[in-house]
Amino acid sequence: MRYLPKSQSDREEMLKDIGVKSVDDLFAAIPAEYRLTGDLKIPRSYAESEIVEFFRERATENRQGYATFLGAGAYSHYRPVVIDSLVSRGEFFTAYTPYQPEIAQGTLQSIFEFQSMICELTGMDVANASMYDGSTGAAEGLMMAVRVTGRHKSVIATSVHPEYREVITTYARHQGMPLATVGYGKNGRVDLEALDKAVDSETAGVLIQSPNFFGTIEDVAAVADLVHKKGAMLVVSIAEAVSLGIVKPPAEADIVSLEAQSFGVPLGFGGPYCGVMATRDRFVRQMPGRLVGETTDRNGKRGFVLTLSTREQHIRREKATSNICTNQALVALMCNIFMTIYGRQGMKELAQHNLAKAHYAAEQFKKNGARLVFDGAPFFNEFVIRTSGDPHIINDKLLEQKIIGGFLLKKFYPELGNASLWCCTETTTRASIDAAAKEVA
Amino acid sequence: MGINDKIKKATTHISQNEGLIFEKSSPGKKAYKLPPLDVPAVDAAELLGDLTREDLGQMPEVSEIEIIRHFTRISTWNYAVDHGMYPLGSCTMKYNARVNETVARLTGLAEAHPYQPERISQGALRIIKMLSDQLIEITGMDAITLQPAAGAHGELTGILLVRAYLESQGNPRKKILVPDSAHGTNPATAAMCGYAVENLKSNAAGMVDMASLEAQVNEDVAALMLTNPNTLGVFEQEIHKIADVLHAKGALMYMDGANMNALVGKVRPGDFGADVMHLNLHKTFSTPHGGGGPGSGPVACKKMLEPFLPTPVVITKPDGTLGFDYNRPQSIGRVRMFYGNFGMFVRALAYIMANGPEGLRQTTEDAVLNANYIRKHLQGLYELPYDTPTMHEVVFSDRIQARKGIKTGDIAKRLIDYGFHPYTVSFPLVVPGALMIEPTESESKEELDQFIDAMKAVAEEAENSPEIIADAPHNTRVSRMDETAAARKPVLRWKPQVKEAELVTK
Repeated sequence: MRYLPKSQSDREEMLKDIGVKSVDDLFAAIPAEYRLTGDLKIPRSYAESEIVEFFRERATENRQGYATFLGAGAYSHYRPVVIDSLVSRGEFFTAYTPYQPEIAQGTLQSIFEFQSMICELTGMDVANASMYDGSTGAAEGLMMAVRVTGRHKSVIATSVHPEYREVITTYARHQGMPLATVGYGKNGRVDLEALDKAVDSETAGVLIQSPNFFGTIEDVAAVADLVHKKGAMLVVSIAEAVSLGIVKPPAEADIVSLEAQSFGVPLGFGGPYCGVMATRDRFVRQMPGRLVGETTDRNGKRGFVLTLSTREQHIRREKATSNICTNQALVALMCNIFMTIYGRQGMKELAQHNLAKAHYAAEQFKKNGARLVFDGAPFFNEFVIRTSGDPHIINDKLLEQKIIGGFLLKKFYPELGNASLWCCTETTTRASIDAAAKEVA
Repeated sequence: MGINDKIKKATTHISQNEGLIFEKSSPGKKAYKLPPLDVPAVDAAELLGDLTREDLGQMPEVSEIEIIRHFTRISTWNYAVDHGMYPLGSCTMKYNARVNETVARLTGLAEAHPYQPERISQGALRIIKMLSDQLIEITGMDAITLQPAAGAHGELTGILLVRAYLESQGNPRKKILVPDSAHGTNPATAAMCGYAVENLKSNAAGMVDMASLEAQVNEDVAALMLTNPNTLGVFEQEIHKIADVLHAKGALMYMDGANMNALVGKVRPGDFGADVMHLNLHKTFSTPHGGGGPGSGPVACKKMLEPFLPTPVVITKPDGTLGFDYNRPQSIGRVRMFYGNFGMFVRALAYIMANGPEGLRQTTEDAVLNANYIRKHLQGLYELPYDTPTMHEVVFSDRIQARKGIKTGDIAKRLIDYGFHPYTVSFPLVVPGALMIEPTESESKEELDQFIDAMKAVAEEAENSPEIIADAPHNTRVSRMDETAAARKPVLRWKPQVKEAELVTK
């Protein structure tokens, strides 16, 4: 086996050294009746060339070279090649959690930079080193609101990603966290009147997403005002991180749960992605997940360490803020490099391109007879249209032209009927928009 | 003799200094170029009104070469598996094969959208199906979900399955038993699932104390969360009795698969009575640890728990193609959006394919051989609190060195000077001053011998010149960090330094 660095004589020498006759003696603790006597029934060992060939075939079955209008929580942005070049350094990807800061300053400093940039972009004071993803991050955000307020109920807008809501339902079920939902208005934003009724003196947290699942940008300040008047906390989830380049950050929120996949993370059929939570200074001790802080060494030299770990499970055990342990460090590094590449000017330009493409597409679709379902509130790079024809058939026709059409909303929002959600990023070409526009009538 | 004389594996070497990226920023520098906009430009302020962002504040502005140098320089400050042995106990820091990285980045896989039509996702679905089938065979279970994002997330999923199953039987029960040697995620998970946690004592051999178990298991106990081999590297020899005691009272056995690297190809948890377990693809199945993640924590279970698995599950449809089944009325629901950390599935499957049945068995045997070799050579120099046979990891204590004031954390720091990443420090909690060493199969005899020599040299220093150890590490770019100050006045983000003149005017 090519990954094993021992010859048979090495093994025999070591066994002799230990004082056993055969390696099976080292497994004597396992009751004999359970020890396997034959091979596992899995395929034989493959050569590296065969492995590459096997996965190439799978990649081809997935088919490639399609233009896509899918967003809905996973966004197709260009990934500068510098990202993979750097994260492929063994010093980054074959290291572990930086428990020994003297030999992990690379990972620690990069996480500190990541936290700093996330704070800058979200308008929050502190950000953690990452969460699994946006869906679990949103659930953890509401759990954090419960800890901070000492209340138990949560209210969730139905315009939050439906799969996020499903995850929250799973997480909340046995934690004594009743959930209520509020719908959306004609403009696609959370229904403020309904929200006002749903939030009461027992509400710990309110979760909205902005831009929301329909692409509509919420009036975070107005929602925050309402929520804060009732003494509850506002958790704002952001699934399309690139929006932060041009959309005002949700600075009125108490907790921001960001899915940073848009920042240079491959779509990868849904993961791994990069959740991250950010909040106000005063709530930091109730925030889950790892945190990196600046300090000095014995000679006064600047350095970074994992800190405030007394919140975490390895010390607090069943009283911990969360059971989360492993995070998404390497994916956070991708995001960090992406944010560094685009930086102060590029993030804005990139967001402007997304905005322009989506608005061009919306105009073209309208011209061809599709109707914008939500009107009267701004959108970023996603929007919902209603077609007179069956959107399944429209998408099938587009697929023949190697175009993946919008996300059909009926599955999660039966009341929206023939509506579909379309996303344009900087990678969407005018030609594919024009081609799609011809079919959406 | 100088303090570096006995150090063979490492030597001091120039590394570059590098500030924070923000400190290199200056207005107008760029590392990007967007293609010309092929649609009409828009006025953001007109479209977004007062929701338009004006400025991105302190985001950096740097060039591409500066980015390459920045991250390359700081990367060299890390120790990694690629440098050498990384014997963190219970973390299984094994070699991360390069082919795994290559295949995970193939365009058709890396650029697949999770919502693209199933008929153009057959390759991705096939990978999920194949990995699922092979992990089921490896664990001896009946069904699996790959959705959980990491080990602790797998625990959460597994205990939710237990709860859903027991509820379907009429009573979810009240408690989860957790051995005192368990990782902290176990009790934290049980609490998240609405269970009370009850501690279970280990016996003198470091195993589950059967008498305590029998006394504690009753109709209130939902499950025992058992790590096997446990965190002492000890296989629960009475595993079948443990399962019997639980099952007799209707309780289930949850197995934490963190230490599965000791078992693959030799024994299957499904055969010795585990009802549900998680795997850590980033441990046993070689997906990279990446400086702390991403992980992947599939959960395998017996038939009776299958109806409760998270949605969706991959099924073969009547026409022979693969697809997702969302119609699972008894499911615990989703634990994560989409289907899990797919990129890790690709890598894990590539690892299993590279090994085949013989390679996986040899891997396990080498991992156990390596741990026993270290044990044999360090026993006596370091106290071995439990004499029970060792599987893939060995736990010593610092009792001998502590007499000279040298603790496990100090030994760890001195080991850094010797060119090794330390073992896991002060865990498991059942061993005061623990040194938890897991070499994995990836170490050659030469690397192990160097590690043993280093540990011997440190033991000798502890005896004769403990001051060297107390101040270690000596050869790293930073010395011991002031962690107390970091926690007392947390500085968790960079902020521009305000110049003194500005402070005065304020």
